[in-house]
Amino acid sequence: MELTNENVLGKIISEFGEENIWDALNPDGIMTITTNRETIHELIKYLRDDKELQISFLTTMCGIHFPDHKDKEMCMMYQLHSLRHNYRIRIKVFMPASDPVMPTMTDLYATANWMEREAFDFYGFIFTGHPNLTRILNIEEMEYHPMLKQYPLEDQTREDKINTFFGR
Amino acid sequence: MATENKKVELTDLEQFRLDHGLALTEEPQLTTLNLGPTHPATHGIFQNILQMDGEKIMDAVPTIGYIHRAFEKIAERRPFYQITPLTDRMNYCSSPINNMGYHMTVEKLLGIEIPKRAQYIRVIMMELARISDHLICNSILGVDSGAFTGFLYVMQEREHIYDIYEEVCGARLTTNMGRIGGMERDLSPKALHLIDEFLKRFPKVWAEFEKMLTRNRIFIDRTTDVGAISAERALSYGFTGPNLRAAGVDYDVRVMNPYSSYEDFEFEIPVGSKGDTYDRFLVRNEEVWQSLKIIEQAYKNLPEGSYHADAPHYYLPPKQEVYRNMEALIYHFKIVMGEIDAPVGEVYHSVEGGNGELGFYLISDGGRTPYRLHFRRPCFIYYQAYTEMIKGGQLADAILTLSSLNVIAGELDA
Repeated sequence: MELTNENVLGKIISEFGEENIWDALNPDGIMTITTNRETIHELIKYLRDDKELQISFLTTMCGIHFPDHKDKEMCMMYQLHSLRHNYRIRIKVFMPASDPVMPTMTDLYATANWMEREAFDFYGFIFTGHPNLTRILNIEEMEYHPMLKQYPLEDQTREDKINTFFGR
Repeated sequence: MATENKKVELTDLEQFRLDHGLALTEEPQLTTLNLGPTHPATHGIFQNILQMDGEKIMDAVPTIGYIHRAFEKIAERRPFYQITPLTDRMNYCSSPINNMGYHMTVEKLLGIEIPKRAQYIRVIMMELARISDHLICNSILGVDSGAFTGFLYVMQEREHIYDIYEEVCGARLTTNMGRIGGMERDLSPKALHLIDEFLKRFPKVWAEFEKMLTRNRIFIDRTTDVGAISAERALSYGFTGPNLRAAGVDYDVRVMNPYSSYEDFEFEIPVGSKGDTYDRFLVRNEEVWQSLKIIEQAYKNLPEGSYHADAPHYYLPPKQEVYRNMEALIYHFKIVMGEIDAPVGEVYHSVEGGNGELGFYLISDGGRTPYRLHFRRPCFIYYQAYTEMIKGGQLADAILTLSSLNVIAGELDA
């Protein structure tokens, strides 16, 4: 079966229902769908185990922070790849900043381990069921999650640099 | 009273004691050994805290992040053209691949078509970078198994590759090569001459290097079945590139999702069978030959035309033009000051880096800088399998496994 955005989306929706899968977009040739926390683990498991789809390679995952989207501030992005069909898909889950809790994917993909630690380190996502959710690139004593947009790159009290001139 | 013969589940440690004739209750003398962070054999700054029983590794805890420089955060505050130098410093053994991968990502976002000539020049530079990357990895593997001569011998060739970089972009290691929209300058007659010389000289050198190790009894004995990983585990760990192909999966971004005209070239994808250190060595060796083949084809069929796209809003104009031409001056000023807004969009682009699929996930909110730029760094993703690969092996084998994986600290930590 040739995988196209239409038939993959059709299969996913018939499996999980329209109430759990929405916002199917195609920004760059890779279909992007949005789902919720309850569905994400089952969805990735389904994509991996389905005999027709075989979307069984976790290319990458990362956190994104949208401070202006109310109650949808935090986003986890998963990008999967079917090496058999050469088909890529991107899945997003949005959640409020007060409750950045996600189910872990470490039981499905060994590679999710460090990727989730990275997302925890930089964005403060909590992955329930992760075997060792500690910081990975930053020091353990760090008290904040530096990739969140409220932390500016440089000391904002400096007045000798004017933002408009320095590309900030 | 009948005693029931119960089957007991043994832990690794208990099994080990049983195999070595130790009493099950006896505590073995485990030694803690810090391998790294700065150790000549790790070829980069990362630490492994090993639990050793004699020479045997019982457990390993990796610590990374020693040269973390927050590139993803810095990239959120820089105009697009200023991010290229950050990508240099990821896999510094093959920086042109990183540069051009990033440029292609931005071009995908902007929707710029690149002329054929620029694409071919990129292919030449990227394949030279792949050669220099694999050359280092394989010759270091020789050093770690006790063959130092080959390393110095091929190092000279890396110098010649760096000479070509220098002629094309002015820098040798952290190249910042090319621009968003093409190359910074055309290949000069001297650069063409250097590439030509390289193509003539290098095959002999590489054949000699191969001859020294490929059928070398000592080398084969040292590397076969060392640090092996099955295809299934490798895929689960997100392996890509030569390390995945050594395990027998023929995934190569250049073939699966051709970019920069890779579909024009004839080349083969070598695969291994066992995924051990020897297979990784062989796969990289063969990839060097295939890269040479690609460079030869690109060099011979180098199309005429412009070396950059006609995209004045994003492509930095040549300096001479800036002094003479009003428009060029305006665009130069706007680009350098970061006054050019990129369109809103979201793209993922991946290239076949030295170590695997090097991906760039870019979200633009229409501003002068990326809203989010995530690097899919192959080293970071596959290095987590290292613990599993060395457990139960010898310390000396762990060193060989590490150098055959070609873990580059800059890419690991970003």
